[in-house]
Amino acid sequence: MKVSMDWLNEYLTLDVDPQTLGEKIERTAVEVDQVYKMSDGMSKLVVGETLSVEPHPDSDHLHICQVDVGEDEPLQIVCGAPNVATGQKVIVALPGAWIAGHHKIKKSKMRGVASNGMLCALQEIGFDEKIAPKAYDEGIYILPADSENGSSVFPILGMDDDIVETDLTPNRGDMNSMNGTAWEVGAIYGKTPKMPTFSLNEDGSRKVSDLLQFSVDETLAPTYKMRIVSGVTIQDSPLWLQKRLWEAGMRPINNIVDVTNYIMLTYGQPLHAFDYDKLSSHHIHVRLADEGEHLTTLDGEDRKLRDSDMVIADDKHAIALAGTMGGLDTEIDDNTTTIAIESAIFDPIKIRKTARFFNLHSEASMRFERGVNKDDNQKALDHAATLMAELGQGQTEQGTGVGSDTPVEPAKVSVTLTRINHVLGTQLTADQVQTIFDHLNFPTDNDGETFNVTVPARRWDIHIEADLFEEVARLYGYDNIPSTLPYGTMTPGALTFKQRIIRDSRRLLEGAGLNQAISYALTTTAKAEQFMMRDSEPTELAFPMSTDHTTARMNLISGLLDDIAYNVARKQKNVALYEQGRVFYREGDAIRPLEVEHIAGAVTGTLTTKTWHAEADTIDFYGIKGIVDLFLHDMGLSEPVHYEATQAHAQMHPGRTADIYVGDQVVGFVGQVHPEVASDYKIPDTYVFELNLQALIDAPHDQQQYEPISKFPDVTRDIAILVDQSVTNADVVALINKRGGAHLADVQLFDVYEGVHLPAGKKSLAYTLTYRDRQSTLVEADVTKAFDKVTAALEKEFDAEIR
Amino acid sequence: MALRERLQELHDRGLADIKKGDSLDRINEIRVQLLGKKGPITQALRGLRDVSAEERPKIGSFANQIRDELTAAIEERNQELKKAAINAKLASETLDVTLPGTPVAQGQPHVIQRIIDQLEDMFLGMGYQVVDGPEVEDDHHNFEMMNLPKDHPARDMQDTFYITPEILMRTHTSPNQARAMEAHDFSKGSLKMISPGRVYRRDTDDATHSHQFHQVEGLVIDKHVTMADLKGTLEMVAANLFGDEFDVRLRPSYFPFTEPSVEADITCFNCMGKGCAVCKNTGWIEVLGAGMVHPNVLKMAGVDSSVYGGFAFGLGPDRFAMLKYGVDDIRNFYLNDTRFLTQFYKRG
Repeated sequence: MKVSMDWLNEYLTLDVDPQTLGEKIERTAVEVDQVYKMSDGMSKLVVGETLSVEPHPDSDHLHICQVDVGEDEPLQIVCGAPNVATGQKVIVALPGAWIAGHHKIKKSKMRGVASNGMLCALQEIGFDEKIAPKAYDEGIYILPADSENGSSVFPILGMDDDIVETDLTPNRGDMNSMNGTAWEVGAIYGKTPKMPTFSLNEDGSRKVSDLLQFSVDETLAPTYKMRIVSGVTIQDSPLWLQKRLWEAGMRPINNIVDVTNYIMLTYGQPLHAFDYDKLSSHHIHVRLADEGEHLTTLDGEDRKLRDSDMVIADDKHAIALAGTMGGLDTEIDDNTTTIAIESAIFDPIKIRKTARFFNLHSEASMRFERGVNKDDNQKALDHAATLMAELGQGQTEQGTGVGSDTPVEPAKVSVTLTRINHVLGTQLTADQVQTIFDHLNFPTDNDGETFNVTVPARRWDIHIEADLFEEVARLYGYDNIPSTLPYGTMTPGALTFKQRIIRDSRRLLEGAGLNQAISYALTTTAKAEQFMMRDSEPTELAFPMSTDHTTARMNLISGLLDDIAYNVARKQKNVALYEQGRVFYREGDAIRPLEVEHIAGAVTGTLTTKTWHAEADTIDFYGIKGIVDLFLHDMGLSEPVHYEATQAHAQMHPGRTADIYVGDQVVGFVGQVHPEVASDYKIPDTYVFELNLQALIDAPHDQQQYEPISKFPDVTRDIAILVDQSVTNADVVALINKRGGAHLADVQLFDVYEGVHLPAGKKSLAYTLTYRDRQSTLVEADVTKAFDKVTAALEKEFDAEIR
Repeated sequence: MALRERLQELHDRGLADIKKGDSLDRINEIRVQLLGKKGPITQALRGLRDVSAEERPKIGSFANQIRDELTAAIEERNQELKKAAINAKLASETLDVTLPGTPVAQGQPHVIQRIIDQLEDMFLGMGYQVVDGPEVEDDHHNFEMMNLPKDHPARDMQDTFYITPEILMRTHTSPNQARAMEAHDFSKGSLKMISPGRVYRRDTDDATHSHQFHQVEGLVIDKHVTMADLKGTLEMVAANLFGDEFDVRLRPSYFPFTEPSVEADITCFNCMGKGCAVCKNTGWIEVLGAGMVHPNVLKMAGVDSSVYGGFAFGLGPDRFAMLKYGVDDIRNFYLNDTRFLTQFYKRG
């Protein structure tokens, strides 16, 4: 709420500068968005009087004005406003003036005629289109006739007033009014605010109870009251009232509507004014709309209502969307003479839903949603009637028409000093706490320990002990609360096994040169369904915000490919990424997906850059596989890891993809992204892997054991064999291991050759076999014997030619 | 010539030759020539038998002296030459040490991960557990158990990605409070936990909004946890993440799941509290929300609010990273431009 300091000073004598007050409110109550004056950034704007207005000889719309700005000579100013006329008091931007939007006014010529300043519209001096009075929409603003030529326009328009703009949390709806703000500021400074006074004069001859009947559903409107003011003249409000409104960010309309808004700003009680004579019956209903019922609201929109929308209706049809927006048919217009003023409290939830559905968030609906002070409901109505009668020269009819008036009992909350100090960690005394409740104007008694607090209706947010802790804490001041740390039994702070593996995983892949990516977990259904490791239904958002993010991912690779595409599009050719995160698998009939931890990597280009003496480490299948090898090795799994060629992954290269097994369980895959898929993503050759990290966490892990280092030297033998292309390395290694004998410790492939020097369909593989005996030095003859068995087996099984 | 004179001459000439010798081979040659079995000194010593018995020990001693001196000279010259040879070799091996080293592939953790890890480490050190929970949550845990019933106005503050009317992408990590309290055995002592994770809001992505971001939830429940403990804990967070020179202040705020609720501000990085455009001239920047756990939240999780109580806080690593490193667009965190990712390796 935009709080005017001038207005606030009518409640309290503060003698504090607005910045300090803003800071104080922010530290004690609610956030303060800004403290400002409407005139900030503007200067040299003075009252002028148009002495003469002549048409510009070379223009059909410009006028040459001689303007008295309180100096010896009038200023000549060329003005294009259609409403400029002789004898007006106008806003003059003198040469050198700053107006809105950081514009500086200079002496100039307009179509050859000197113009020494500018006559201003309100919009040109910073008034929002939405708050400047409509009458001046098309032209310059006309100041009151008694404005003194040459004096600053800021005080006249209220632009020199300090505004403290508060940003209210949902619980502090009470501060959506000047009264509530004054109570709060009073509590902060330990002063009692002076609430507005008025004297109601029911000088009309009729009784409201004779003029109106009601049928009110009390669940919709626990309070529903009306007063009638008759014989009014619709006209502009006096400037003091207009200033109050526009300083608060509201647009002056006419004396009646302005009073409803002014009272709303004062009491936080939204009011609505109906043209009594436009009601088709004098029986007012508060009811739910009929499904499909139509209502044209004040903004001219024809609304098709739902049966959950609350309406005010006469016997025939809806005349207002309750608490949200009035109806056009009963609008106050220039000929209105009799006003029915509504002061009601509506069901906040219904108001919120209606305002949301129709996107009609108004000052009124917002206040109903956040709560209205029942204690001030009648006062607001009486005050409004008084002001309307005064400003419209009408009469207030006798009494109030009451449709409903459900009493609200003030909350009584008890709290002990011990509890307060226990929860806040303070050592407050009973006197200190009592003083705080006194400053809040909460009637409270205490016996030195227990406080019985009566909470006025204006603070409907307070109903439990904890709410009072907050009141005490904030008014005592958070700065005054000590800083300590929780004490008590020591608790172990340690990562779980799963958390440690996840952390280690990240470190491992970073060590291998991959950067951690965090991609969007919500993607398109098409991408969510790529690179999947099992069957799953997609988990889709009911109301996505964009077509790019509709579905929970079921793989990590597609996100990494999006990342690579983003990089490649920005000329980053070498990209190495990994991501650890969840995928979301859903069984056909399940509502909730299963969330499974995965880890995936994607590399394109080179892992390292080419330098003056080292070749770039360009990624290929074996490069990415090496990363997976390293990763799985360091997982320390009990069961062996192996790879099997697969063509089962539609988005992967059919000849360059392997499923990864731990024991006989598939835990992931590695390979090259299918070139067509890569092309869809607009990325070059890219190698990827994805692992079910949860499966790796759940798999059996070896216990670490020390293995003594052999005292006896290893013996190695190299062997090169020529075999058919179809024989795989895994086949050969498996056979060597099987037939290698007790002392075979390791088999390393050190060369693969396929090419012109070999017979067609053949390849050459070369291995180093390492033999080790922990008990004694190996005898040459024993090694040879074991090695010969291997060669024989290779010849027999694979028809290998030993080279 | 008398034997002594001959020996003296051999000595002098030998020393001169050694001094002139310019290679290890040449020195070896001199050594063999002078000191070998057929060398002149050995030869000369054979002449000792012709010397009188009185002179013999003197000459013998002189001869040994000469041999020792020559041996030492040879050794010294050898060392000199070896040293020179090594120096020459080293000189020939000199590199331009300013040429770049061979690159080693090394990746970086994501900047948000760094912040989360740092927070985890700090809280682990204070005896907290790290817990996680589902990203696809039910309305019950995400809202109801956080004291946000269906028609609560604060639900407006959190625009939500619903999957079904009851299932949604979690909008905060707070449901893990409820889950942790449900799971905790309070007879075994206090509950102290943090819970980092991804959260989702129905927002349009721009420089300051992201439909996906991160939160770290914190919760301590015991019989005597105070607002002062919350304040002290938040000061630890600020000091750990940003440094001792940053102050923390608490302001009243509103969250349905805490009462009292506070917002914590820290000294503005940009101006160190003097006031600037970044902090809107306040000298402070809002970094997290916190409060004392609302009794309704305790009750719904089956915790007796008359015995137990505590504090909770929720902070945003994205926001922290933006503030700490001056990242001006939140989308940077999720687009994974390598030029962005590789920047974050420094200690401070």
